[in-house]
Amino acid sequence: MEKKKVLDALAESFPGQTEDISTHGDDAILIKREILLDIIKFLKDGPYAFTMLLDLTCVDYPGQEERFQMVYHVFSLTTNQRLKIKASLPEKEPVIDSLTSFWKNANWLEREVYDMFGVQFKDHPDLRRIFMWDEFEGYPLRKDYPLRKHQPRIKLRK
Amino acid sequence: MTSRIQREARKDSMLINMGPSHPAMHGTIRVMLELDGEKILNSEVEVGYLHRGFEKTCEHKTYFNLLPYTDRMNYVSPLINNLGYVMTMEKILGLEVPDRAQYIRVLMCELSRISDHLTCQAAMAMECGAFTVFLYKMKAREFFWDVIERTTGARMTTSYIRIGGVRADLHPDWREDVQKAIIETRKVLKDVHGLLDKNKIFLNRTRDIAVVSQEMAINYGWTGPCLRSTGVYYDVRKAHPYLVYDKLDFDVPLGERGDNFDRYMVRMKEMEQSLRIIEQVLEHMPQAKSPEHIMAGGIEPVKAIKSSRRQKVADQIELSPNLEGSESVRYEDIMASDKRFIIPPKEKTYTTIEGLINHFKFFMKGHGIRPPKGEVYFSVEGGNGELGFYIVSDGTDRPYRLHVRAPCFHIVSAMEEMIQGHYVADVIPTFGSFNMIGGELDR
Repeated sequence: MEKKKVLDALAESFPGQTEDISTHGDDAILIKREILLDIIKFLKDGPYAFTMLLDLTCVDYPGQEERFQMVYHVFSLTTNQRLKIKASLPEKEPVIDSLTSFWKNANWLEREVYDMFGVQFKDHPDLRRIFMWDEFEGYPLRKDYPLRKHQPRIKLRK
Repeated sequence: MTSRIQREARKDSMLINMGPSHPAMHGTIRVMLELDGEKILNSEVEVGYLHRGFEKTCEHKTYFNLLPYTDRMNYVSPLINNLGYVMTMEKILGLEVPDRAQYIRVLMCELSRISDHLTCQAAMAMECGAFTVFLYKMKAREFFWDVIERTTGARMTTSYIRIGGVRADLHPDWREDVQKAIIETRKVLKDVHGLLDKNKIFLNRTRDIAVVSQEMAINYGWTGPCLRSTGVYYDVRKAHPYLVYDKLDFDVPLGERGDNFDRYMVRMKEMEQSLRIIEQVLEHMPQAKSPEHIMAGGIEPVKAIKSSRRQKVADQIELSPNLEGSESVRYEDIMASDKRFIIPPKEKTYTTIEGLINHFKFFMKGHGIRPPKGEVYFSVEGGNGELGFYIVSDGTDRPYRLHVRAPCFHIVSAMEEMIQGHYVADVIPTFGSFNMIGGELDR
């Protein structure tokens, strides 16, 4: 019962802006990237108290206009439920608001997504690569990055 | 390009590197410290030294073939990683696992959890100067790894838990091994409590050092023992029960202050609870439907295949010793019955045409395990916290995207804030109390 209520409340507060895409028993919504911060504010500070950002990642769909899909997993300790929030980003302008003002672990998670996919986060305090080195070219988890491409940091002997 | 700390540093302070290979940092991580005397003014943590492109690799492997890669994430408790991945796959495939396999999985997970905690604490204690504790705990860990080794055939890179069940049934002598390990570990835990709990040196380096409040822990997305040390009651085994954890009786130990000592204590108490779970598993393990010793002689596979050209082959096949425990009669105990997602027993492969076809269909490129289109998130309680897998399937035999929620990643991201204002020497026990595992952090 409780579970349906969150999705209903979201549909009520943001009419026509959220789409229920729940599958396999996981609650999920698809939203426009412009309202991400409002949704997060509603979920975190509202009665549902989704106080924890479990995970933040991205999926690449090359060839589509909305190429990148951000996936957020939030969790509520009080009601013990998870919610997945998805937002699509166009290939030309892969920018979305940063969640660092809500959660501190968003800092590193967003750096990881920036490192691997090249998605830009607005108002991120320190958007740098995290796993790869600064001079690394390209974004390794994009589908068009070849699996075996070599980028040695020092020149290898032939 | 200069790092953030270099840009922000005061002119009169000293910058110093700790790591990436430092004798007291077990794991390749670089901590840059800005010091005033021995006091840490500011710090920056740099990770990525063990980044192997796990997620990219997985996109190019079949669902079955990527299982061994999961071993190499948290290499102290590989069985829990196996479980996390496998259960995510079972969720998307809708597979039912036999009862005995579920209990075997619980047993293996708890053995791994104890060995994970033992390793973490051993390293932490050693770095604080308590080398005896290190040796005691390594000794205890050996007993668990003996149990794991006898059943799975490997000590660390097990790949034992498979989609649909487990690879092999338990070793016939597993009960005695486990009982021995429990007794020895209880002794070790008692000794360690005696050595450390009221030890002035240990207390000075852990009590009230790197205190984390509940709000901060939640804000950083902490899970597992580190979150519970701050007093937040959250354990995936209780909150979203999987396997048979809801049938087992165990407590979730909580800390009070969230300092290094609490993180140590919560892990110690958790080991006691894991031992309790293992004892219950010993009691409730469903009886195997097959006799215990099976590997009897038979004809060699090559001869069987040769003779099959003329007549029907005898069922008795001599199996390689590697396959001990996964004979066809045991399959109903340890594997799901859905033929699409499991490897057929080797006897069937060698003697029947259906088995051979199943085998080929399973391993052929483009066939094998092909979950329906969709995406799924599932998490289990790992040694460090919630280990989540997010898999996107596009209907082929390879994952379109596989993402791991590594508990370490969230915990280590809080380190900069935690060590600020403390002394250089405090970095070591603080770092030790996290149980940072490079393979899991960097993936």
